[in-house]
Amino acid sequence: MRTIPADIAERFEVGPLVSKRADLSTLDVDAKDVPELLARLRDRHGYRHLSFVTATDQIEEGVFVLTYMLHNHADNHSLGVKCRVGRENAVMESCHLLWEQMWTYQRELKELFGIDFPGSPRVDESFVLEGWIDIPPMRREFDTREYSERTFPTRPGRSTKDPATHMKEKLYPEAL
Amino acid sequence: MSDIKFTRALADPDHALKPAGRPGPLGKPLVLANDGLPEEEKAWFCDAYPTASGPYKGILENFLNWARSKSLWILGFGTGCGAIELRPLMTSRFDMYRFGIQPRPTPRQSSVFVIGGYASVKTLKRIVRSYEQMMGPKFVVALGSCTINGGMYWDSYNTINAIEHYIPVDVYIAGCMPRPEALLAGFKELQRKIRRGECEGAVKYAENFEWYKANQKKVIHDWNMPDYNY
Ligand code: SF4
Repeated sequence: MRTIPADIAERFEVGPLVSKRADLSTLDVDAKDVPELLARLRDRHGYRHLSFVTATDQIEEGVFVLTYMLHNHADNHSLGVKCRVGRENAVMESCHLLWEQMWTYQRELKELFGIDFPGSPRVDESFVLEGWIDIPPMRREFDTREYSERTFPTRPGRSTKDPATHMKEKLYPEAL
Repeated sequence: MSDIKFTRALADPDHALKPAGRPGPLGKPLVLANDGLPEEEKAWFCDAYPTASGPYKGILENFLNWARSKSLWILGFGTGCGAIELRPLMTSRFDMYRFGIQPRPTPRQSSVFVIGGYASVKTLKRIVRSYEQMMGPKFVVALGSCTINGGMYWDSYNTINAIEHYIPVDVYIAGCMPRPEALLAGFKELQRKIRRGECEGAVKYAENFEWYKANQKKVIHDWNMPDYNY
């Protein structure tokens, strides 16, 4: 059973350590503590590897949940550090000084969710989308189907069948 | 069509050096605005419209078409998942070389453009650029349902739904993804169409240039290349 190391528990206001699997836990923390906590985990607790940074849009609560996934190679354990930032004018402190590759993730989050990381290198350049002019497409209020119908013309005559009824009609017409 | 601005060529001595564009209503050539380029780069690129050459008919053309159909050089540009199926097609099991099909590294050397599946807007920009750089006569084979009507990405915010709105297509190969056998059948069909003289995509592109260009510019918002990339 893993516990929160004492030096972390006494310095930061962290939520409970939630164990998802034997080799994966998550930890909730206040957004302003994240850079310091990550530095401590990296330097003193062996979480030297940054696996990824991602965001989930919790539109009902009006927040983005950012997850920084770290990995400790020595005891083969991953730790997800989670924090919440408000959806309106979402801004988060940049952590690119801790891991070089962080700025790529931050650039991606800026483009796909609209979370800003002031000071992160090239954060305002486009990442995978070029010339995007709508709201960031991974926000949940973005309606991808409506956007696609409005933007990309289709060939007429596309029709869809419900797979279950279609196969029933084909295979067991007498059952209908 | 309203998205493109036309400017009339000014009667400047330099202009005589540039290739003649499509004649405008008053007999003067129309030139492309190249609005996406910075001012100092405009002189580096061609501003002429593509000119339709053909379609030609006759015995010589039949012979040339036969020769073209026997030597299809495809552009080594794989877009989307379908490009994976080109590998087995190249190698010994399906061996496309026996039909005179082989990949080439640059658009200038190739005559067939294989759209290997879904095209994101970012890729579409490169597709347009490469397509326009290919020499005529040029043929387009589009693989997979994604190129036909969007396939499983039909509601994606970032992939176009019908490739034929942006470049002319000669042969579609349906499937998700089409097997190498289907690809071979598609290439055989392309050869038949070429021999019948029906593959005039480059002519179609030049004749409907404004329509294609307007469609392209409607989805590619950061147009930072010449209007016609020859
Ligand atoms: S048709 Fe299928 S295999 Fe081809 S690009 Fe689309 S999703 Fe991929």
